[in-house]
Amino acid sequence: MSNPTKPQVAFYWCASCGGCEEAVVDLADGVLAVVDAVDIIFWPVALDFKRSDVEARPDGSIAVAFVNGAVRTSEQEEMAHLMRRKAQVLIAFGACSHLGGIPGLANLWDRKTIFRGSYSDPPSVVNPEGTLPQESWQEDGRMTTLPAFRDTVRTLDQVVEVDYYIPGCPPTPKLLMDAVQAILTGALPPRGSVLAPDIALCDQCHLKATKPDRLLLTSFKRPHQVLIDPETCLLAQGLLCLGPATRAGCEALCPSGNMPCSGCFGPTSRVHDVGAKLISAVGSAFDASSPDAIEAVLSTIPDPVGTFYRYSLPASRLRRKVSQAAPAEAAQ
Amino acid sequence: MEEQRVGKANGQEPTIVAFFCTWCTYTAADLAGTSRMKYAPNVRIIRVMCSGRVDPQFVVEAFAQGADGVLIGGCHPGDCHYVEGNYKTLRRIALLKRVLREMGIEDERLRLEWISASEGDKVARVINDMVEAVRRLGRLDLPGKRKGWDAELLHHDGPTEALAAAAASDGR
Ligand code: SF4
Ligand code: SF4
Repeated sequence: MSNPTKPQVAFYWCASCGGCEEAVVDLADGVLAVVDAVDIIFWPVALDFKRSDVEARPDGSIAVAFVNGAVRTSEQEEMAHLMRRKAQVLIAFGACSHLGGIPGLANLWDRKTIFRGSYSDPPSVVNPEGTLPQESWQEDGRMTTLPAFRDTVRTLDQVVEVDYYIPGCPPTPKLLMDAVQAILTGALPPRGSVLAPDIALCDQCHLKATKPDRLLLTSFKRPHQVLIDPETCLLAQGLLCLGPATRAGCEALCPSGNMPCSGCFGPTSRVHDVGAKLISAVGSAFDASSPDAIEAVLSTIPDPVGTFYRYSLPASRLRRKVSQAAPAEAAQ
Repeated sequence: MEEQRVGKANGQEPTIVAFFCTWCTYTAADLAGTSRMKYAPNVRIIRVMCSGRVDPQFVVEAFAQGADGVLIGGCHPGDCHYVEGNYKTLRRIALLKRVLREMGIEDERLRLEWISASEGDKVARVINDMVEAVRRLGRLDLPGKRKGWDAELLHHDGPTEALAAAAASDGR
């Protein structure tokens, strides 16, 4: 089945919602061109190859491996290492793999709290013995095992070296096609690059002309609280659009649909911590100068971590909640 | 200094990174020095042109690199050399505190103070006070914590030979 003249490509998913896999399928007709040009040798969601098939290949024999999803379990960590070993080029595909993504918000808790929240506390769960997932279990002389659930969610590059990043939640079909083209023609940028333009999203937004230089907002609004004017910059309307601090490449799909950018493409190369950068930008965009007035405006942002680090908590400079102190939890 | 010997956290002294604006607080720190005022030696002072220059990224970077506390000093409201840099700082720090709180980093680890050029004594007082407060909390030690978090990983492979060879032949 495998054709030695075609580059071999693998896809794998880690802690993922499936949207990234869907994005590959969304190539529609384009997928035929890809299938024509490459030989897919591993894609658990669509093709019946096994981990042992990949393990049996020589190291470095796969041209490109696309890995989506964050790394949460020991199995995902092992697969990340396997993909790294077998592939010449390893691509972190999608926000979860790139920055930790939505699953990365679980870094606001720890494993214990998450297990409690899933297996004992919910009103719909009856678990008087407090049974929790075990990594191994012995019965009738037989041993069954499960991957270990880690305390911390990680980006792919916190586990193995990554060559390129395709951003997005999920990446757009165009971005994926461009990347495949670049790989096939050898037109790749320097290793470590994010395969999307290194400019802010506002640049691609049709509302850019209406974005004021200086914003003096008096409250921040959520999309369901206002009737959105489709002709005016969303940030100017008080919606926390993250376009000014987010990398372009999606062609402003969300703002075009009257939804403020939530930052899934991550930052441009000049930013080291997305959330902190956004705090800086937001701090300049509202008008209040006494501590009370400031608190009043800030209370209109109910979930600052979920807003500013929605896709990037594991990639932030702080990475996860510091476990020894939990005053916020106790206070709320 | 008595209080230092009394309050040592885990036998280790806390480190505070201080960003002082050149026009007011840094000048005040100079004054404290020339007036031979004594204050705890735990502070590493970084001079910035304005407290408004302190990007919240600097603060998280300081914590990430091992600071146990971050102190920002600027001119009193109305006195900013750049008119409203300090108001910007006030808004940013208020927002940053909300985020840090949720991340388990206590409020006392980030402090913003208005200290004018003549208030050398306030520099000494604020530093001593903050060192004491942070000492009570103990070390934050994010680099150490990161090592602890990563201990659950199986191992790191490093680049494969094939990859290293490909990179070398690319001339990248
Ligand atoms: S990046 Fe978005 S679409 Fe892809 S797996 Fe993560 S949550 Fe799903
Ligand atoms: S709507 Fe958002 S992306 Fe568009 S110009 Fe305004 S801030 Fe930028």
